[in-house]
Amino acid sequence: MEFFVISLLNGLSYGLLLFMLSSGLTLIFSMMGVLNFAHTSFYMLGAYLAYSISGVIGFWPALVIAPLLVALIGALFEKYSLRKVHKFGHVPELLVTFGLSYVILEVVQLVWGRATVPYGLPPQLQGPLFTLFGTQFPKSRSFIMLTALLMLLAVWLLLTRTRIGLVIQAALTHPETVESLGHNVPRVFMLVFGGGSALAALAGVIGGNTYVTEPAMAGAVGSIVFVVVVVGGMGSLAGAFLASLLIGVLQTFAVSIDQSLASGLQAVGVPVGPQTFGHELLDLSVAQVAPILPYLLLVLMLIFRPRGLLGKREN
Amino acid sequence: MARSVSRPRVGRFGIWIGFAVLLAVLPWIFRSSLALTMLSQMGYLVIICLSYNILLGQGGMLSFGHAVYSGLGSFLAIHAMNLATKGTLPLPIVVIPLVGGLSGLFFAALLGYVTTKKSGTTFAMITLGIGELVAAMSLMFPGFFGGEGGVTTNRVYGGGFLGLTFGTQMQVYYLIVVYCFISTVLMFAFTKTPLGRMLNAVRDNPERVEFIGYSTQRVRYFGFMIAGFFAGIGGALAAINFEIVNASDTLSAARSGGYLFFTFLGGATFFFGPMIGAVLLVLASVLLSEVTKAWILYLGLIFLFMVMYAPGGIASLIMMNVRVAAHRKLHQLWGWYAALTATALVLFVGVAALIELVYHLQLESASGSTLRYLGLMLDTQSIATWLGALAVAIVGGTMFEAVRRRFALEWGRVQGEIEAAMVFKEPDAEMPLGGKAAVREASLGAP
Repeated sequence: MEFFVISLLNGLSYGLLLFMLSSGLTLIFSMMGVLNFAHTSFYMLGAYLAYSISGVIGFWPALVIAPLLVALIGALFEKYSLRKVHKFGHVPELLVTFGLSYVILEVVQLVWGRATVPYGLPPQLQGPLFTLFGTQFPKSRSFIMLTALLMLLAVWLLLTRTRIGLVIQAALTHPETVESLGHNVPRVFMLVFGGGSALAALAGVIGGNTYVTEPAMAGAVGSIVFVVVVVGGMGSLAGAFLASLLIGVLQTFAVSIDQSLASGLQAVGVPVGPQTFGHELLDLSVAQVAPILPYLLLVLMLIFRPRGLLGKREN
Repeated sequence: MARSVSRPRVGRFGIWIGFAVLLAVLPWIFRSSLALTMLSQMGYLVIICLSYNILLGQGGMLSFGHAVYSGLGSFLAIHAMNLATKGTLPLPIVVIPLVGGLSGLFFAALLGYVTTKKSGTTFAMITLGIGELVAAMSLMFPGFFGGEGGVTTNRVYGGGFLGLTFGTQMQVYYLIVVYCFISTVLMFAFTKTPLGRMLNAVRDNPERVEFIGYSTQRVRYFGFMIAGFFAGIGGALAAINFEIVNASDTLSAARSGGYLFFTFLGGATFFFGPMIGAVLLVLASVLLSEVTKAWILYLGLIFLFMVMYAPGGIASLIMMNVRVAAHRKLHQLWGWYAALTATALVLFVGVAALIELVYHLQLESASGSTLRYLGLMLDTQSIATWLGALAVAIVGGTMFEAVRRRFALEWGRVQGEIEAAMVFKEPDAEMPLGGKAAVREASLGAP
């Protein structure tokens, strides 16, 4: 019971962090049709900028300033680079963000070095929030959950209750009509790209000190986020939410289970030894298999439900 | 679409014979052992990059997981070699690349069935996921993949083949080159087959392809398997060349990214583009990485600007100028090219100085504050150095932009004249892959 509740909470907080990343990606994808390969690079940039800023003026201002800076970088990239390749089609758009991910990675290593930086938690977030069955649940993880939920609420309110949100939604389906009504659609795209980057950076600010801030952090989470977006259904925000939680919980549970198929078979009375056929496969513990579970989920999803959890049917 | 039959066959045979002769004499022109190593690497990378271009250039499929097929080809080839050494599998080394090719084909048939269900952006993400899946799995089965240390072999086994033991690098080079030549011919022939043409059609207009009764998914699937086959051959040649295969490198996402990167840089819209890419891949990873520590940053920046201004890669730049030369208008552009090169050089010297200074400050400040740069000693502690480098960069950038704008106008004028002449003279002239629009759009920043 104790194991179950704590793992569930850890899984939910990791899943919500994934959602903060995948929501920005989904937003940009559903608006512009661009899969931003550099999305997790913005996440990394957010963490590193927050590390530098919090060293000068503290964590709480950094929580606001770092995402704004990254939003500015994202918007500038959209305006001066992405917009230029838009006319060549979706593949060059993906390629230009792929190139950007290389450049950001090198620049980060150039500015902050190749080793892990000591980006620590502020004093207000250190220590446990509550103790459950003798195990402590850290404040930092609950802060991630709180921020993600607030962000979800804010994005939802922005998109459905404000004027700019309605313009964004309209530009999604009828860009020409919106343009002829006098709205600057390219600028709307720029704002969306900047906003999506800011969401990634916000995840970086709070994820960077809860987990680790290092140059490999973008690559580590990058492919998982893409899996989330495909499993949830391309362009579906609610699908991304479900898939993030699913993958977060799945992975957290898997890494803490040290059972294997072999031990399971032995428990029900089937003798399994090193001579058994496929012993290498049977002897893998669930924890060892954990890294590939999201990708297995992706493959299974594509075979049985190619449009993803909540995706619309493609033509 | 006008077929290429109109072109004289002799010219094409001439090109192929020239290519074969070039491959044969290259090690006698560049005689150092470093050059021979690099030429061997180029040989199999040409195969891999060309196979990648069956996906990217011909099929419009952006794959982030091509290293899976070349890498698994490497692994099965190296295990086949080890079995042959033990005597359980009577295979001479000259057919080992086919083992790699067949295993590449097998895995492409297995994994490609899922991958090619989708196209476009979703396809790209799925290949990324499958690539990660295989890379992560390779660490779980150390028995087959050799864990951290990889799998080693000895390519000299048995009695040799026709007196060749493949002990020396020169013999390995010729083995690679023979496979390289045959694979290149086959892959070129593939572009002319009905399947190859359908692959282009699926890239350009999948909807119409469905209308006339083809399954786009099946066409993509067949293309994917053929690409997997040739990638496996390339991977097996790599295993023969190095006699070691390491999963953390061979199957990594970085490797897949490298194939994509250089295939695109060489030019995905022309058949020979990826061959340029393969040569650049070896030059960059062997030579450029010696010259500067910031080589990945330079490559990333070059890649960004290529995507923005010349999405057809280097091959398209060459072919556009060949077209200009064929219409005897190249002489009008020489002056502009000289000006562009000169100003770009100034810009590059300034920017590179800044990058090198920052790199030195970040990574090597322990070894003193000065670094050698183009024969100058630069001091990272002196403000004058930084300001000087910045000034050179700004002056170079301004001049380059000024020249580029005028050049774009001039280029547009020349292209306009050529197109007017072409419409007048040859109404159904053959267009390169990607069509007329691609050529026009690919021109250097034309408005």
